[in-house]
Amino acid sequence: MKPSKPYRVFRNSALVVVVFALMAPLLWMIAASFKTNVDIYDTAKAFVFSPSLKNYETVLQQANYLEFIGNSLWVAFAATTLSLLLGVPAAYSMSRFNMKKSALVVLMARVIPGVSLLVPWYYVFSNLKLVGGFSVLILSHMFVSLPLIVYIMMGYFDGLPTELEEAALVDGLTHIGAFRRITLPLSVPGVATAGILSFIFSWNNFMFALVLSGSDTKTLPVAIFDFVGYASIDWGGLMAAATVVTLPIMLIALFVQKYVVSGLTAGATKG
Amino acid sequence: MSAVLTPRTDSPEAPAASVDTTSAWSRWANEHRKWLFAAPAMAFVAVLIIFPVAWTGYLSLTDAEGSVRAESEFIGFQNYLDVLTDTDRFWPAVWRTVLFTGVVLFFEVILGMAIALLLWRPFRGEKWVRVAILLPLVATPVAVGMMWRLIFDPNIGMANQLLGWIGIGPQPWLAGQHSALPTTMFIDIWQWTPMVVLILLAGLTSLSDEPQEAARIDGASSWQRFRHVTLPLLMPTVIVAILLRGIDALKTFDILYATKGRGGGSFHEVETLNVYAYGLSFDYNDYGVSSTVLIIFFLIIIGVMWALTYRKKGLGR
Repeated sequence: MKPSKPYRVFRNSALVVVVFALMAPLLWMIAASFKTNVDIYDTAKAFVFSPSLKNYETVLQQANYLEFIGNSLWVAFAATTLSLLLGVPAAYSMSRFNMKKSALVVLMARVIPGVSLLVPWYYVFSNLKLVGGFSVLILSHMFVSLPLIVYIMMGYFDGLPTELEEAALVDGLTHIGAFRRITLPLSVPGVATAGILSFIFSWNNFMFALVLSGSDTKTLPVAIFDFVGYASIDWGGLMAAATVVTLPIMLIALFVQKYVVSGLTAGATKG
Repeated sequence: MSAVLTPRTDSPEAPAASVDTTSAWSRWANEHRKWLFAAPAMAFVAVLIIFPVAWTGYLSLTDAEGSVRAESEFIGFQNYLDVLTDTDRFWPAVWRTVLFTGVVLFFEVILGMAIALLLWRPFRGEKWVRVAILLPLVATPVAVGMMWRLIFDPNIGMANQLLGWIGIGPQPWLAGQHSALPTTMFIDIWQWTPMVVLILLAGLTSLSDEPQEAARIDGASSWQRFRHVTLPLLMPTVIVAILLRGIDALKTFDILYATKGRGGGSFHEVETLNVYAYGLSFDYNDYGVSSTVLIIFFLIIIGVMWALTYRKKGLGR
């Protein structure tokens, strides 16, 4: 049942429109990051301009972005690792023992508006003088990571046959041994999916860092605002900053596309 | 197999004392593994979510404001009375939240369905289309907001240049009091339609071909096949997509803050409940009132979710 020719022509032209609509703005942002501010204001130079690295110099040297890149990496890495340590065994238990209510409690974290967590955290942590440090920031990012990891891993463990574990028990392994030596090695793709998604969400997170980070612990999404002044905007610098923030995560996602897609659609087809 | 099992069988003279102590712990751990595995994550969630929500509930009944160390007084439901009668900021924010969520969901589901159907059957160059679908989805929302801010700039933005080429005058876009909210909706639709595409595509690929084939043999047109075969089978997945996107759309913050800054702009033109609650908490330090807004917001989200899952159960069977 090969599609008819008119349909194929229609489909291909529709897809060209879709791809253009999704890609053009991103390419425009990257192009603008290589323009001087004079060229950005000159509509005649919209497509033809002489590329300059000056904006990237501003971003990486004057605006101290290397430090913010380090902060973002550290927070995303730490939050993801800790959430995996807590989340993977929990997801296993919830999947094998069918703990629907407990799972619901963890998944509530996805539903609650971030601000309603921030107010009490801010109360407690500023009294403990922890606001502005990495520990609170990492803790807050775990609220995005942990439910995500539990959600993805529960789906993964649900789909893993229990026969292998049962065979391992017959062969003399304990339940925990079977989890550690049989189930966990089989779950590497699932853990990779969950870890990658958690890293992306933490990297992109803005609101928690906006309130809880200090000048030393600022993450990239917050640092972008350094280029937005009250009176004027350094458009070239802003576009270079936006590119520095988002291009690495887009490249990582392309590299591990299969995992990202399976993580984003996890549980969607089970109904 | 019996050879493997031999050392483990409980023969009375077998194990040494040191083995016994580890196996006592190991036996306990194995017996209680259900909670041993689940408890740390649940304790984490309980301490840092249930406690904050409870505290938000408490704060909503006090006049807490200013410094986090300041004394506050219990004032009962006064805040709720104030907030629910506030037609200046609160109700407009509720309306904007509902409007924003409704409009973006409508377009994201329709466009997402259309694109997913285009991608359903294999074709050449599929890989590249999938890349284009994935990129907006993983892009940092704040950076996406900044990107569109340049494109929609009334003076130097590409959007007005494009309109100029087809003979339409410049629009204020994000800078306009009435055009700002629709423009932010457009940005949200640009970034999150791909999410709906991926979810629906996963759903479509998991459908079996047989009902389609049967309908085709019975002479159903392609629209009839979509309307009466594919769509009903796909409905549970559509509801999941609406649920996931709906929760996030209600809570949209990043692109609104990135494009319009504090308070949703000088006329609060994109101030949704989340932006309003954020501003009350961290720009005005009016914790009592902001907690009240948050509790109401929370109830709205739960209500919407409940309604959708209830509907999903009804449709799924």
